[in-house]
Amino acid sequence: MARLKAWFDRSGWSDLIVGLPYLWLVLFFLLPFLIVVAMSVATKTPTAPPFSFGGEHPWINLGGYARLFGDALYVRAFLISLMNAATATFFCLLIGYPMALALTRVSKSWRNILLMLVILPFWTSFLLRVYAWMGLMGKSSWFNAALTDVWNWIVPIDWAVKSLPMMHSNFAVVLVMVYTYLPFMILPLYASLERLDPTLDEAALDLGSRPWQVFLDVTLPQSIPGIIAGGLLVFIPAAGELVIPSLVGDAAAPMIGRVISDEFSSARDWPMASAVAVALLALMVIPTMLYSHYQARAEGTK
Amino acid sequence: MADTAFLRIEGVSKTFGTFHAVRDVTLSVAQGEIFALLGGSGCGKTTLLRMLAGFEEPTAGRIYLDGKDMAGVPPWLRPVHMMFQSYALFPHMTVETNVAYGLKHEPMSKAERADRVREMLDLVQLTQFAKRKPHQISGGQRQRVALARALARQPKLLLLDEPLAALDKKLREHTQFELMSIQERTGVTFIVVTHDQEEAMTLADRIAVMDKGEVRQVGSPTEVYEFPANRFVASFIGSITTFAATVVGREDGQLRLKVADFGTEVLARDVAGITEGQAVTLALRPEKITISQARPEAANVVEGVVKDLAYFGKDSLYRITLPSGALVQVHAVNARRGDEAARVADWDDKVWLSFEPGAAIVLGD
Ligand SMILES: Nc1ncnc2c1ncn2[C@@H]1O[C@H](COP(=O)(O)OP(=O)(O)OP(=O)(O)O)[C@@H](O)[C@H]1O
Ligand SMILES: [Mg+2]
Repeated sequence: MARLKAWFDRSGWSDLIVGLPYLWLVLFFLLPFLIVVAMSVATKTPTAPPFSFGGEHPWINLGGYARLFGDALYVRAFLISLMNAATATFFCLLIGYPMALALTRVSKSWRNILLMLVILPFWTSFLLRVYAWMGLMGKSSWFNAALTDVWNWIVPIDWAVKSLPMMHSNFAVVLVMVYTYLPFMILPLYASLERLDPTLDEAALDLGSRPWQVFLDVTLPQSIPGIIAGGLLVFIPAAGELVIPSLVGDAAAPMIGRVISDEFSSARDWPMASAVAVALLALMVIPTMLYSHYQARAEGTK
Repeated sequence: MADTAFLRIEGVSKTFGTFHAVRDVTLSVAQGEIFALLGGSGCGKTTLLRMLAGFEEPTAGRIYLDGKDMAGVPPWLRPVHMMFQSYALFPHMTVETNVAYGLKHEPMSKAERADRVREMLDLVQLTQFAKRKPHQISGGQRQRVALARALARQPKLLLLDEPLAALDKKLREHTQFELMSIQERTGVTFIVVTHDQEEAMTLADRIAVMDKGEVRQVGSPTEVYEFPANRFVASFIGSITTFAATVVGREDGQLRLKVADFGTEVLARDVAGITEGQAVTLALRPEKITISQARPEAANVVEGVVKDLAYFGKDSLYRITLPSGALVQVHAVNARRGDEAARVADWDDKVWLSFEPGAAIVLGD
């Protein structure tokens, strides 16, 4: 056994096996990304593919990046995306945290059932579920009618409406994103909460803290890694989301995913689309780096 | 006396479903006492402690602390702090903030709070580790942080669940004395849970011996060792050899017993509640029996043969076969030095065992 291991180490097999996942990343993430970066500094041409380097054009064309900041359309799309993603993340946390906490407090058999329920939506097609929401939010649905009644009951009489204009709004986008991404918040939160030692709660109770203080002093601070992990898992895909805003969003206030898609397909401006994509990635890398910095610091004190 | 006691536990029971974890426990503990709950694994020690801390409500019975009924009082309002077996230090806080944690509920100024924390860290000699996190200190230091944290709010009663179980033997002995000295300085009443009888004997003023949720005897270390009330206590604390016997008479405040295994009658210390003719158990501690080659002049003499002996250096353990085939354990201190010290008797030697009537324990159950 030991000889086998020595041979394994010496012959470089272990390097290969360790390296395979990285090869995967290089092949399917880094390489495409570099192509996109290269495309983002190309020049749009009416050829196929619709971009070129060199010729009478300058080799590197930063026009796409300049337009990113110059054209209000892009800045606005970025802001809307970040706003929607942040709002969705916030509500996912607000709804997901109590659910994750409850999962850790129920008996083992209930826990498995409830965890199943959290994952269950994935068994139905994502598109189907979005269409279901479109039906619910539509003007003639019982859901809309019920919410309209509530709305009319709360607000002054002048503001009363026949039905709530939920569809094709940022509200609809956030609602469906919260619904879609909730499991991505709950699962990492549950994983981090489940690891906590329940005797720590008892120790805090014993030292004079009421249950809500115990939550703030003991549970919450220890679950920060879970909050950050869940937050990133929701925020990053939400910010680049294409399908949900296309189906239920406001076409006049597009999110950045929609902009990229439009630039690629209808505008056939691949360099511009690539520039937007690179900018989006850069924007997403920042919070991720902050997270790993935070983690490294937390681990550094160990 | 029971009415004036600092802590009174009256007929407390706790059942989980149909399982009786604690059964009709009645105890009283005086102020400033170190009281030990001693018993084997699963006998309900932790459950009793958790009822005192307020984490579990008794199924039946009452707990009075300083005259106040504790029923329905939540843990955060009890002047009782607990030192958990796992220490339960907050991993995201430093040693200092751990110790200060309970103080945030005290009406005191920032400076007073800092003073108290410093005083506590001083008490457990951890001042230089104040800024470290719990995972950056050793097990023994963690134990002391847990103690300081539990003492910082000056509880009326401190509950310690196996406070030394996680420490190695050497550190444990050292820490026992440290605990005692801290208790003496703070004057806080301690209830210590342990399954280690030596620890209970060293630490405690009084011990409650528990078995299957019941308290079998309460007394000072000497009382439970020298005068066990029943067979469980006698065999749980220290080692002991027991024989079936019958009481044949009473003379000079002593009981005359007929012991089948000895083939003779012996005298034993009189115990209340034993009647003549009753079948009893005679219990002998190994160190109370003298072993000799020649027949000694003593009240109780029994003949036997050395079956086994183990030499430990400062003492030896003999196993003696009686004519009936029964085995007796005898502990002899090797007081003499040199070669002659090695042993009083050798394998297969015929020897005489003798013991004082006062050292013979008669158990009615
Ligand atoms: N919450 C509970 N539900 C059901 N049974 C329990 C519960 N807590 C304790 N028990 C049972 O009650 C009995 C006493 O438990 P307890 O923890 O008080 O024992 P202990 O004396 O502290 O033992 P140890 O020395 O092993 O810590 C055990 O048999 C245990 O299984
Ligand atoms: Mg226990």
